[in-house]
Amino acid sequence: MTDSIILQLKNVSKMYDDTHAMVDISLYIRKNEFVTLLGPSGCGKTTTLRIIGGFEEADSGDLFFEGRNINNLPAYKRKVNTVFQKYALFPHMNVFDNIAFGLKIKKMDKQVIQEKVERMLKLVNLNGFGKRSVNSLSGGQQQRVAIARALVNEPEVLLLDEPLGALDLKLRKEMQVELKNMQQSLGITFIYVTHDQEEALSMSDTIVVMNNGVIQQIGTPEDIYNEPKNAFVADFIGESNILDGVMEKDYMVRFMGRQFPCVDKGFDKEEKVDVVIRPEDIKVVPWQEGMLSGIVRSATFKGVHYEMMIDGEDYTWMVHSTILAPVDSKVGLSILPNDIHIMKKKVAS
Amino acid sequence: MKQRWLAAPYLIWMIIFIVVPMFLVLFYSVAEQTGEGWRLTGDHFRRFVDPIYINVLIRSIVLALVSTLICLLLGYPMAAILASREYSRKKIMYMLIVLPMWMNFLLRTYAWMTLLERNGVINSFLSLLRLPALDILYTNQAVILGMVYNFLPFMILPIYSVLSKIDESVIEAAQDLGGNNVTVFRRVVFPLSLPGVVSGITMVFMPAVTTFVISRLLGGGQFMLIGNLIEQQFLSSWDWGFGSALSVIMMLLILASMGIMSKYEQDGGGGALW
Repeated sequence: MTDSIILQLKNVSKMYDDTHAMVDISLYIRKNEFVTLLGPSGCGKTTTLRIIGGFEEADSGDLFFEGRNINNLPAYKRKVNTVFQKYALFPHMNVFDNIAFGLKIKKMDKQVIQEKVERMLKLVNLNGFGKRSVNSLSGGQQQRVAIARALVNEPEVLLLDEPLGALDLKLRKEMQVELKNMQQSLGITFIYVTHDQEEALSMSDTIVVMNNGVIQQIGTPEDIYNEPKNAFVADFIGESNILDGVMEKDYMVRFMGRQFPCVDKGFDKEEKVDVVIRPEDIKVVPWQEGMLSGIVRSATFKGVHYEMMIDGEDYTWMVHSTILAPVDSKVGLSILPNDIHIMKKKVAS
Repeated sequence: MKQRWLAAPYLIWMIIFIVVPMFLVLFYSVAEQTGEGWRLTGDHFRRFVDPIYINVLIRSIVLALVSTLICLLLGYPMAAILASREYSRKKIMYMLIVLPMWMNFLLRTYAWMTLLERNGVINSFLSLLRLPALDILYTNQAVILGMVYNFLPFMILPIYSVLSKIDESVIEAAQDLGGNNVTVFRRVVFPLSLPGVVSGITMVFMPAVTTFVISRLLGGGQFMLIGNLIEQQFLSSWDWGFGSALSVIMMLLILASMGIMSKYEQDGGGGALW
């Protein structure tokens, strides 16, 4: 894997009317990386993608492509291609002409175009669909055409704006695998926008978590899941129990009225912190053996595990466990130091 | 389809005022009254094959085509501006286009007579500026002007309606794939707007080719159009047979042009105003 940076955003900001879509975003993307911009709707991820694609102009900041500033380069001159959210296929053209659009503009030889499009159709599993009208295709097939139409131009970077959003769960899973395979076999940089954390975790090399136009955390899926930087990331990536706590000293945090050993240090004495505990990291034990206790309020079967809501003293815990504790029973809860994540409170704004 | 009977009032209306008159026109065009009743004849149609009448037809078609073309050249850019996202005075512009249609067609056309008169408003203004007078009333130009003025909204609205329905992301996709503005227009926007263009052309050409008011008022009756000819047969010459034959020819002509146009309208998604 080469380490060369292909795309870089430096202090990019963008406002729509009165809302900040992007606040001082700086970000670099390496060649052949699969980067996911993840966040709730309105967090600025699509705006970031549109600025990279050239459909939107930043209010301030710079955009570099292979080291060259491309702030003023119009979309049609950029070496990136986009797969749009609702595919945006040309309704007046058949599948072949849709895919060939970019090549025809480049005035390529007819024979070459024919070959390239055929190869693309094979790649996206749409062999023999060339003459079909795009309106007769299913959502999944249209999606594949959209991907083929972008990939056939052999872009350096492929931008994907929630490309699987309109597909059903099963098809989405299949397409996730296919997309990842394509990205690896073709060696193209993917910048992928989604609000689906599972999708982000399973496909990405790097995840950029955004909220309110601000980058919350950049890291590998493992980093983001295991070491969320703040309560927002913890809450957004997977489910979490988030409690108010106070850091007594290094390796010791107090919440729910008692002390817990933990593995974090470097906080001020008595600093107020967010304590994040994943539902699957809480063990249900007999009442007497627990560090905390509670009464099982509800239990829901989720397939692999049960999701139980357990009423503690003044907090309702979400616990995932493969062993079911009966509703209304009194149980103990136990948490390992390793599974207690301490996060700085957001600086008061 | 249980509520089919709800359509009955409209069906009756249509039969009385559209179907029956059509058949009457057809009947008169091929019938001749003789001493002992009606007799089938092709005379009315044969009478039309005369250079005088053929020229009237050709002149009508040419004037209508020129007006349609001007409407298209003026209307398409206007529709595109109206449909563009950045344009903020959309509502006002839309009003200005529709507003004249609230006034009576005859009044509007009479107004042009006063404007274009030798001592009319335009010429008074021109002479004030010591510019040569514009003397186009009672000429073909005045007729074309009248047609364009009266029918332009019918060109703008269907094109606008289709253009504003084009998905912005399709245009962005075309840019993304390397299309500059010209290419994007030529390969994506224009083809997608064709249904609107076809509707616009039909809606301008048809009234233009059959008009008799504009040609009489602004053309001063010097240049007879097919509409005037038909009007004359029914109201002055009382030759209902010939008038009906001309109407039938006109209808066939319109049907044929609609047939040609509908070929281009396929798979355009219906678009437009209807």
